[in-house]
Parts: sequence; structure tokens; C-alpha cells
Amino acid sequence: MIDVAAHAGESLPAWSLPKDAVERISLPFHWPDRVTREWAWGGSKGAGARVCILDSGVETNHPMVGDLESAVAISLGENEEVLVAQDALGDLSGHGTACAGIVRGLAPESRISSVRVLEAGFTGSGGILLAGLRYAVEQGFDVINMSLSTTKKPFAAVLHELADSAYFRRTVLVASAHNMPVESYPWRFSSVISVGSHEVPDPLTFFYNPTPPVEFFGRGVNVRVAWTGGRSAAVSGNSFATPHIAGICALILAKHPELTPFQLKSVLYLTASNVGDHT
Amino acid sequence: MTDSADLRAAVAAGVTGSEENYRTLLSAIVEVARAIFGAKASSILLLDDETHELVFAAVVGEGEENLVGVRFPAGTGIAGWVLATRTPLVIEDVNKDPRFASDVAEDTGFVPKGLMAAPLLHEERALGVLEVLDRPEQSLFSLQEMELLGMFANQAAIAVDLLLRARTAERILMQGNGELAAVARLAQAIAGLEDEKQRKAGLELLRNLTSTLGPQTSFR
Repeated sequence: MIDVAAHAGESLPAWSLPKDAVERISLPFHWPDRVTREWAWGGSKGAGARVCILDSGVETNHPMVGDLESAVAISLGENEEVLVAQDALGDLSGHGTACAGIVRGLAPESRISSVRVLEAGFTGSGGILLAGLRYAVEQGFDVINMSLSTTKKPFAAVLHELADSAYFRRTVLVASAHNMPVESYPWRFSSVISVGSHEVPDPLTFFYNPTPPVEFFGRGVNVRVAWTGGRSAAVSGNSFATPHIAGICALILAKHPELTPFQLKSVLYLTASNVGDHT
Repeated sequence: MTDSADLRAAVAAGVTGSEENYRTLLSAIVEVARAIFGAKASSILLLDDETHELVFAAVVGEGEENLVGVRFPAGTGIAGWVLATRTPLVIEDVNKDPRFASDVAEDTGFVPKGLMAAPLLHEERALGVLEVLDRPEQSLFSLQEMELLGMFANQAAIAVDLLLRARTAERILMQGNGELAAVARLAQAIAGLEDEKQRKAGLELLRNLTSTLGPQTSFR
């Protein structure tokens, strides 16, 4: 089973809206005349927003990361069965810690969890990646940061369904666009928020891209990030632009938890540095 | 590989370039990569699928004399991450990163301060990693360089794919039965004919041979 809802044993309803049901779905949400950054995340520190870092693991107690809400490691057993265990190893590369630190820097009161999908001797099997994403979607995180992609076409369909499941379950999947001209997934899917890099040295500067598939550009060049061993490093790549957007999503969702991924993406568009006057 | 694929590979080995030529090509790629970025060194690491190790296949600059052939487990270090996630990465103060496989570097007396790494992707496979080490300290990294790095990695990946195919073909010839080797020698001899008329006739002969061997086998 791929679909997370079906996986959870939910029955499939028929879709239509009878006249007498219109009243029931009336939403009391009031949008301002103009969506500003102040409205979107002014005063927010990300309190309560649950962010998942799907990556190489996260080093606990790093001064730039702080406490984690949870940390698990995903692996596949002898018969390809998915194994989820408490992660005692932390970060195997530094990359996940870097992403977690960026989110923490933007949304200091967010609740960060780590789902590790890389392991020693790992050479790029997409199976663990899929299992990790499925697990993360099932946990109902508000935001999943996915600074990874796979070039394996057979995984594309499953990833697509997982990304759609996340979208309908109000989990925002923020995914790195590939830095190279290759076909990779899941960032190309419209149900995720895809992120490339810009060079402006400001974490809150982000741009909407009017010519997708990449939809947003976040800070991704010469970023000082947390690294393993309690250290820091200066890094570049779309991998690091992605948690900037994930962090901003956490800020917005902490203040407006009722937003669906579709509405959140609209708020990002309306507050982008190149849309309106949000510099 | 299927039998017909084995046959195609074996025949290809007879008519394609030698491993030495491909090594020269890989060396040329790392030399140009180093020159373009004004870096101190550049290298290509290939994945050994059987041992899950990354192996230095071409190195220019510091370490070029003793790094080629050095192996370390895939999944470790910056190169390991780049390979596993198929994602390029630039890290400027890599000597402060304990996850960098510095024991490998220290063995060779060369510990880089900064590293750009991009995966070598061919179709759906990650074949290895292209690294550029120690760009000039005064220059800030830019997105333009990231794009260049990606273009270089794609070019290198094509060369690496050819090299790996040639190696596979060679292995099949070495381990395979006498018939395959005979076909490959025949193909090699025909390809080497100077007289165009003779070469054409030879190729026609091979085509006939292909149709005799079965519809799944093709020779172009």
C-alpha cells in the first residue's frame, strides 16, 4: 500500500457537495486585504510547529540545533521490510545537522525531529528514502524538510503518491531542486514546495520563481551552518536553501496552524521578496 | 547481462578505445576542472559496486602521485554523502569537519581546506564523484561556479560510463568463452582495416553473423 490514508485503514468517501452541506464547510478564516510578512509570521518563533529533517541524522545538543523532539533511523531488513529504530548514532555526514540548525535559527521554538535515511556504506538505494518519507508523512509533521532527491525513475510514482498524501494531510513537503540538469524527484511534483538557491546573504530573503518547476529560491550560498562535532562550516547548495524555506513555513504555520499546504504556498508567494514590496 | 548484451559488450571491446585512452580522458577532465576553478587539485572518485568503496580514479594537483587507487568506504566523508544523495555540495572549511575522511588525506600529506563535489550521474545511476579542492581563498563561491561544476560532472559522467562499459567488456572477454573472444578479435580486425571496401565487406559479414546469432543481437 502506498497511500498513507488507505494504509491507515480509512474508508474512501465519494466526492460531491449536496446543497444542504454547503453550510457545514463554511470556513470562518479571515484573510487581510493585503498579506504582509507582519501578518504572515510577525511575532512568531515557530512555537509548536513540528518540523522533520529527513536526512543523514541530526547531532543532538549542538549549540546551533538544541534539543530534538525525536530521532529515528530507517533501515531495511533482510526481506526488505522497513525497520524504524531510535537513532543513537546522530549525524553520519553533517548534512542533517546543518539543515536542522538552519531551521532552528529561523524558528527557534519549533519542535525538530530527525528521520535518518542514510547509513554507513550506503550508496544511494532509494528504498530507505521512500520508507523514511512514508514514516514521516504518517507521523503528521507540519513540515518535512527534504534536502535530498533520487534519480531513480521507478521510485517516481511512489514518491508522487506519498507527496500527494502529505499534501492532503496538511504536511508541507519542502524539497530541494537539483543543482544539476538531471531528472530527479520529488522536487518536480507540484504538491511539494520546491527550492533552489539565491546568493543574497539574508535568511529571510526568498523569491518566487514565475517559471517553475522550481517554485522558490532561498538562501543557499556561503551559509554558516551547524556541523558535526559541535562545529560549524560554510556551505553552499540547494540543500541549504531548502531548510530556509522550511523554517519560514514553520514560522507561518505556528502563527496560522489552520493553513493548508495550498494556502501556505499562496502566503509564501504573497510574501516573497520579488512579489509586492517585501524586501 | 543477457547473452546478447554480453556479446555486444565483447564485440564493442574489440572496436572501442583502450582503458589507457579513457584514463587519459579522465585526467584531462580533472585538469580542466582544476584550471577553470583556479583550484589546487581535482579528482574523480569511482564507486566500486562490489565492495561499496569509492576509489580515486584520476587526480591532478596535490596528491596526484599517490592518491590514484586509494579506496575508502562509500557513505563516509563528503564524497560519500554526495554519492548517496546524488546532490552537489560545496563546503569551504572542510578541515574542521571531522566527517571528512581526513585520515585518507593525511596519509597522502594533503588536507584540503575547501571542497566542491558533484555526483557523476549517468541515466539513473550514480557512478562516482567529481571533486575540486582548494579554490583561491579570496574568492567567494558563486552559483555560477555551481553550474559549471554540474556541467563538468555531467561531461565526466559520460566518460566514466564509457570507461566502465569498456572494463565490463574486457572482463567478459577475459572470463568469457572462446567464442566471444573470437568475435571480438574479428570485430577488432575488421575495424582496423585500412581499405574502406574491405572494411565495408567485413562489417556486412558481421551483420550477417548477427542475424545468424539471433534477432536480439545487433551490430551497428
